[in-house]
Amino acid sequence: MTPTQPRTVPAGDDDLVRRAKAGDSAAFSELVQRYNRRIFRLTKHITQNQEDAEDVLQEVFMKAYTHLSTFEGNSKFYTWLVRIAVNESLMKLRKRKSGKQVSLDEPVSTGDEEIMREIAVWESTPEQKYSQTELRGILDEAVQSLEPIYRTVFLLRDVDELSTEEAAESLGLTVPAVKSRLLRARLQLREKLTRVFKRKGDDLFAFL
Amino acid sequence: MLSCRDVLGWLNEYLEETADLETRRHLEAHVNACPNCWVIFDTTKKTIQVYKGMEPLALPEDVELRLMAVLRRRMESGGSAAPPA
Ligand SMILES: [Zn+2]
Repeated sequence: MTPTQPRTVPAGDDDLVRRAKAGDSAAFSELVQRYNRRIFRLTKHITQNQEDAEDVLQEVFMKAYTHLSTFEGNSKFYTWLVRIAVNESLMKLRKRKSGKQVSLDEPVSTGDEEIMREIAVWESTPEQKYSQTELRGILDEAVQSLEPIYRTVFLLRDVDELSTEEAAESLGLTVPAVKSRLLRARLQLREKLTRVFKRKGDDLFAFL
Repeated sequence: MLSCRDVLGWLNEYLEETADLETRRHLEAHVNACPNCWVIFDTTKKTIQVYKGMEPLALPEDVELRLMAVLRRRMESGGSAAPPA
């Protein structure tokens, strides 16, 4: 930063990608700094294993660096990273659970009943009852309990705030497939959080 | 008249306000008259809200150091981000 530049506007991804492609390591490092936290959250949630998540984190950025010249810029750089991260994370998960099928397909039986057992209003401001750390713990645990496909879709759409189209592209799924998985994910999470956040005393009223 | 199951199928579109006007009117009529659907819609909306915009935690320092070290080695050995050999 020089005195003639009183305000620094952060470089856009496109600009950084172009410079990184031309061999500017600092530009690539900046992209890494920009997205490593979000990618790590994703790899942690999918692999559910700290060590695997770190391995994948490194592989994602190594691959991104190696294949940067093949990145066309038709999609956002972050969407491209997410696709690598999802693929690598699922590969790790399969290795760790060898023999157990891990895919982005939906489980065969998904009765509506299982996601509609818990119907109760929430306390008016459940967030305020817990510390930031406690709340994060509750929310993480609920996401972790979902099937891989549901937690991945939910993270991309509702936590990372990718569009449906971007999520579809990163996951190699169709838009309708993302939508139906997102619906399931949201309903399952709603059910889980209701067990924690429901207004106390409502159970009692049920007997009156 | 829409069934509860039909209504639930429109949950995403309802919450994201992407349902067409006519469907939206039907959904609202049902939700306002059906306590179960009302609670499900309301608590699903709150579920999305508590997660939305949750900032990712910073990378643990050692994880970040190892990541940057691995990348630095790669960048020094490979020169630019050249196409894979
Ligand atoms: Zn209903």
